[in-house]
Amino acid sequence: MWKWLHPYANPEATYHLTDRIIPWFSYLTIILLVIGLTWALLFAPADYQQGDSFRIFYIHVPTATLSMGIYVGMAIAALCSIVWQFKLADASAASLAPIGAVFTFISLVTGAAWGKPMWGTWWIWDARLTSQLILLFLFLGVMALHNAFEDKALAGKAAGILTLVGIINIPIIKYSVEWWNTLHQGATVSKMGKPSMTMDMLWPFIFCYMGFIFLIVVITCIRFRNEILSRNSMRPWVKELALSKGGK
Amino acid sequence: MQFDSINAFLSMGGYGFYVWLSYGITTLALLLLILLSKQKHKQTLQHIAQRYNRELKRKEAAALQTSALASNTENTLSTVASEKCKSEHDKSVK
Repeated sequence: MWKWLHPYANPEATYHLTDRIIPWFSYLTIILLVIGLTWALLFAPADYQQGDSFRIFYIHVPTATLSMGIYVGMAIAALCSIVWQFKLADASAASLAPIGAVFTFISLVTGAAWGKPMWGTWWIWDARLTSQLILLFLFLGVMALHNAFEDKALAGKAAGILTLVGIINIPIIKYSVEWWNTLHQGATVSKMGKPSMTMDMLWPFIFCYMGFIFLIVVITCIRFRNEILSRNSMRPWVKELALSKGGK
Repeated sequence: MQFDSINAFLSMGGYGFYVWLSYGITTLALLLLILLSKQKHKQTLQHIAQRYNRELKRKEAAALQTSALASNTENTLSTVASEKCKSEHDKSVK
């Protein structure tokens, strides 16, 4: 496996790999999201208590859980970069942070738009909502640190330490609905064993969820390419690429 | 199909505003993120190309300057040498 993985420690090989896979993952994302969202909006049944406001669920839950997933991914990358000094791990952590911030933002906004008709308020300082807001600030802090230093290695180290300290927030978000009395409801989909949803609500959810996962992969690849280029700008292959594509 | 008409679909059983607000902001935020990420790729390449071209020009200018300086000194050396020859020639004549 190492023999197979080894070439991808080379930035040039990784750049060309991401270049090749972006279109395929884009098609997959578009197909999954079109099917999933059409199903969610048009064909899935309305909830017997919440009516059609339940359709917010199909974007709220994927973006919220995946925002935590992105944070864990970023923390693993930060650990690899701090412990083993993988340069590409730094680049991937830097490319994940803005995506995580956008996903967290979407989960908060859709949550507010769902909370208003169901709870009667846009926002409440409940444990789940507050810890999710902290997650947004962590993502923004990591982004700010990555941009605060001219020296990318130093920036990566500072952002990596913040990322690793901030991981304490992830179990807090996950278990906030069990540890404290919250207005936010408990897990719907991933209840131990079988989910407590009917299949005709679960299927569109699975399509949306997979679609959002591949969307993350696509945007990460796009941003990862930029990071590789700006971190290797003095290399001959980058110069050649820049002169052929970016030069006049 | 859960809805009988377009109007029923848009009103979402009275929750239309909240549902479409959610879907709208999600679409907008994600499209913006994708567009900015793609744009940055172009910008990064342009930036690197510009810096490289600037460096190239600076090197060319520097090379031109040194060659000009070199030819200048050569000129002065040759004039000095010729004057020296002249004076020696004059001496020998005397």
